[in-house]
Amino acid sequence: MGLEFYTSRLADAVNWARKYSLFQYPFVTACCGMEFMAVWAPKYDVARFGAEFPRFSPRQADLLIVVGTITERQGPVLRRIYEQMCEPKWTVAFGVCASTGGFYQNYSTMPGADQCIPIDVYIPGCPPRPEQVLDGLIMLQDKIQEKRGYVQKREKREHDELLKAKGKLKVIP
Amino acid sequence: MSVEALTRAKDILGAAVLSTHSYRGDDTLVVDSAKIFDVMKTLRDDAELAMTMLVDLTAVDYLGREPRFEVVYHLRSFKSGARLRVKAPVAEPEDGGNPQLDTITPLWASANWMEREVWDLYGIKFRSHPDLRRILMYEEFVGHPLRKDYPKEKRQPLVRRPPDEV
Repeated sequence: MGLEFYTSRLADAVNWARKYSLFQYPFVTACCGMEFMAVWAPKYDVARFGAEFPRFSPRQADLLIVVGTITERQGPVLRRIYEQMCEPKWTVAFGVCASTGGFYQNYSTMPGADQCIPIDVYIPGCPPRPEQVLDGLIMLQDKIQEKRGYVQKREKREHDELLKAKGKLKVIP
Repeated sequence: MSVEALTRAKDILGAAVLSTHSYRGDDTLVVDSAKIFDVMKTLRDDAELAMTMLVDLTAVDYLGREPRFEVVYHLRSFKSGARLRVKAPVAEPEDGGNPQLDTITPLWASANWMEREVWDLYGIKFRSHPDLRRILMYEEFVGHPLRKDYPKEKRQPLVRRPPDEV
């Protein structure tokens, strides 16, 4: 067992810690916000998943939850908030408007928040049931653990490219 | 009560009134848009009518009809409780510019933002408006989205993900 074994186990442990301590930044723009509050209230108790602590500054958060309709005019704001967050970071599109634009098909509505930021988990529904949201959160936790989040995949890609450029890439089985 | 208001309005406005109609308590005056400022001032300042409140100001695009646009004002009198709807048809100029009529912001300060909204969404210009900028859409937006000939599927994005961000 070499150094590789320990570093990969370490990454697993770090990701395990990350998935149970998600600090979320709710970007709430519309009616889904009510449902979001219900999920975060004691009845559905999101604290069970370690994600109960909203940070109202993107710089302190690592999970951006886009709740509600995103208009084209809000696009630069959302993009900027996403860019202000420290890595590693994850994003969730909460509700069908944030996922695809929903039933809005007009000049002002962005057809899905993924037009301007990468999204890791899409939760459909208008608004989604709290059970769906918790399911989406569990899916996100799996993604974090398996390093399938957007930023994690990009980091891995960049790391590999860097090592390949230096000729030091070792494939860890 | 309100049919009386309509009769009174017709009497004091004279030739500025193009037509009137009254349906189930909705009393409407169609007036000459060139005289809209004087019409609204008369309706507001007349001692009997006293239409002191501007409830709403909006517009309609009747594409294919001439004149194409109609600016619609809703008035209410605190004195009698009567309501009046005033419509001012405005045509597109021959040279293809924006349709125009006078602002009523000096009469009601609340008309300021409503006229900006009409300008933003319909492209109707209000002459001598103090600050005729877009109010809902962003400055970069081209065109007026509530016009009937604005393409339904047209998007004018401000920001999109960079192409290398896969």
